[in-house]
Amino acid sequence: MCEPMNNPRHNYDVLVIGGGPAGLAAAVCATQARARVAIVDDNFGPGGQIWRGEHRQAKSPEAAEWLNRARVKQVEFIGGARVYDQPEKGLLLAEMFDGALELRYRKLILATGARELFLPFPGWTLPNVTGAGGLQALVKSGLPIEGKRVVVAGSGPLLLAVAAYLLKRGAEVALIAEQAPLKSLLSFGLGLWRAPGKIIQAISLKRELAGVPHIAGCWPVAANGEERLQRVKLRRGRKTWDVICDYLACGFHLAPNVELAIFLGCEAPDGVVLVDEFQRTTVPDVYCAGEATGIGGLELSLVEGQIAGLAATDQWEKARALFAKRRKLQLFADLLNRTFALRDELKTMPQPDTIVCRCEDVSFAQLEKQPAWRAAKLHTRCGMGPCQGRICGAAIEFLLGWRPESARPPVFPVKVRSLIQDITPTAGEGK
Amino acid sequence: MSSRVFDLAIVGGGVVGAACALEAARAGLSVVVIESGVIGGGATAAGMGHIVVMDDSDAQFALTHYSQQLWREIAPELPGDVEYEECGTIWVAAGEEEMIEARRKAGFYQARGVAAEILDAGALAEAEPNLRRGLAGGLLVPGDGVVYPPCAARYFLERAQSLGAQLRLGRPAVLLGDDGVTLSDGAFISAGVTVNATGAWAPLLTPGIDVLARKGHLLITDRYPGFAQRQLVELGYLKSAHSIGSDSVAFNVQPRKTGQVLIGSSRQYGPKGPKGEDDPKVEAAILSRMLARACEYMPGVSRLSAIRAWTGFRAATPDKLPLIGPCPGHERLYLATGHEGLGITTSMGTAKLLVDQLLNRRPAIPTAPYLPSRAYQEAAHA
Amino acid sequence: MPETITLLINGRSVTVPEGSVVSTAVALSGATVFRRSVTGERRAPLCGMGICFECRVTINGWPHARSCQILCRDGMDVRTDE
Repeated sequence: MCEPMNNPRHNYDVLVIGGGPAGLAAAVCATQARARVAIVDDNFGPGGQIWRGEHRQAKSPEAAEWLNRARVKQVEFIGGARVYDQPEKGLLLAEMFDGALELRYRKLILATGARELFLPFPGWTLPNVTGAGGLQALVKSGLPIEGKRVVVAGSGPLLLAVAAYLLKRGAEVALIAEQAPLKSLLSFGLGLWRAPGKIIQAISLKRELAGVPHIAGCWPVAANGEERLQRVKLRRGRKTWDVICDYLACGFHLAPNVELAIFLGCEAPDGVVLVDEFQRTTVPDVYCAGEATGIGGLELSLVEGQIAGLAATDQWEKARALFAKRRKLQLFADLLNRTFALRDELKTMPQPDTIVCRCEDVSFAQLEKQPAWRAAKLHTRCGMGPCQGRICGAAIEFLLGWRPESARPPVFPVKVRSLIQDITPTAGEGK
Repeated sequence: MSSRVFDLAIVGGGVVGAACALEAARAGLSVVVIESGVIGGGATAAGMGHIVVMDDSDAQFALTHYSQQLWREIAPELPGDVEYEECGTIWVAAGEEEMIEARRKAGFYQARGVAAEILDAGALAEAEPNLRRGLAGGLLVPGDGVVYPPCAARYFLERAQSLGAQLRLGRPAVLLGDDGVTLSDGAFISAGVTVNATGAWAPLLTPGIDVLARKGHLLITDRYPGFAQRQLVELGYLKSAHSIGSDSVAFNVQPRKTGQVLIGSSRQYGPKGPKGEDDPKVEAAILSRMLARACEYMPGVSRLSAIRAWTGFRAATPDKLPLIGPCPGHERLYLATGHEGLGITTSMGTAKLLVDQLLNRRPAIPTAPYLPSRAYQEAAHA
Repeated sequence: MPETITLLINGRSVTVPEGSVVSTAVALSGATVFRRSVTGERRAPLCGMGICFECRVTINGWPHARSCQILCRDGMDVRTDE
């Protein structure tokens, strides 16, 4: 006989999925209405990606502020838990290492954040080629990087933050290669007047990174090495050259995590969750805040999270009071996304035999033969592996223009036993 | 638009339509296949790809056995992504009552020249160590196989195209007339004979035929090579395939060539969505029952990593036999549908019987049990 | 509460701070390769956040464990594909 899943039951007024800035802000604001609030996150501590590990020791004042407020307001944090199914309205299932959890809620706030956008190029599957945020996360989790030579490449402000972090941890950052053209970066710099806090950040980053070459209009064309990465070939204009390195931290900006929202029925055209002014999705009682509604940076996530938390607990006036600030930050977000838009030349990075789907080893040539996503999935297995297109999906949309389809359960791979409902319901629980 | 008249227009690019196209092209007919979506994208994509000999009726046996031999003949030329493998089936007996059934089944197969071997409890445990202790035994049918159906459908179509068959992708057929097919954009394709091979959607194009959509759930895991060696099916499976009314599940586990484990099976009529359409949503309760059933036979399944669940719609007929042949009341319309859970297996036999009837060739097995007119004759006699 | 955890990576004993994830222990053991892809390529973690599945290892006999999101426990037996 197989065991029924371990079913501790949890009932919340407001359930927040994602413990990054947006989720923390939402949860804290929801507690202002004396709601019973919990945050669910697959990481072991709150903070999401940007504040990873800072619950033990905060590095930035905002992290300290929000993590502390969440603690003080007694927001329950359920870590190491990944949501994978919604068997009925008002009930989510999350899997932990030892079993599954039933989470009941009246209002749901999705603060699922974003992931890095990966683009394939020859050799990108070699060990020690990682995402930019990916390498930062790995180092924060204990990967030794002191004395190692790192090339940081791809696109987005994340590259600078990663490079600065790696330097602090004793790595040698050989260079930062940003695909956006120099003139875009200069406009971005000029556009920072809209967000004075960002200018200070930018200046301090510039100081930290003094001595590290920062090259615009530059991107990787190949990663090479026997058994692991040994060098990267970069291109700028017509010039290509090799850089010897131990790690290539490469990510092309961010893509919103919308799988759970889509699974729950939220409309998400163009790959971002659609929300109204109160951060309400198209599904009743489901809100969404932060990068999942569109990449916009830390401060916008914090404001959106606050509005969602306030709206979910009917604190409408307080929510409205934040609209102006959100509007301003959205202008910055628009500038951000325009600046780091991916150039067409990146579509020439993959060669015919470059692997695009890493789970199933499907090459670019195999994909190009297919007419659309579903045909590609069925006939090449692309996107049918455990990551379910989370790594290759955005790349394929960029390279071939195909929009991924709706999500089927489980939203994330889980043990089979997590899909088997209780054999004996507890007394008093109707189903 | 082309004013060409095809000998044969096949509506439906699933494994059945594709097999028919190949057989027709081989026989020298000019063929066009009309597929609105993805080749092999319907039940072909959803199903298990089990190539199995069934014994629940003489007619079912004849068709599945004939088809299995045709699969075996074509096997050497199938490309790698079709993943054809003759892994065999073990029909698992949970108790003594089912062992009696297993022995009856063995006798049936052996009398008809199909290799079948009774396994006692010890032999079963040795053959499949991940089955739970305490099962009574089983029946091994080593000649059964598995394939990956969407690639098989694609391969059949590619071969058919190499013999001159045409493909019209992307627009659904909306009308099957006496002299051809009208597509959704108004385009008309002239054909001497039209074949409705659209599976569970067949009644949309040919109203009145007795085909109902029978929903099934499946789940696939990550790679666990060696977890199961053969397709494993409980002997109670037939109860599920036969029961008409209630929602039922049965133990049915398949090792894929990739090492992934495919878990089924379930059968339901309905539920319907808001517009009366068949609702493809994965139902947590049914999935749970199906997986629980699988765990009853193979406890280790509970710890496997489940990557994805999905549903599909089988085309079910009242007597469990497909419709292969001329459609009563229509001049030049043939049916190749109603295969329920045996579409992959019997696709090749269906293709032969269809073309045999079109060209008045002598069929290898009697076609009478599968004629669409049989249902109407029964109705006339009722 | 112990401050360190000791576990086996490919048979070698590795000690890590409590709260470390298994992928850290693998990296500290000196192993570069976590798994082999379906065509045999050597793979190691890519995303660092639990969605790429390249960090999969076998823990206590059970394969496909995403090491970057599993906490180390004393006595764990971790095997990578070499």
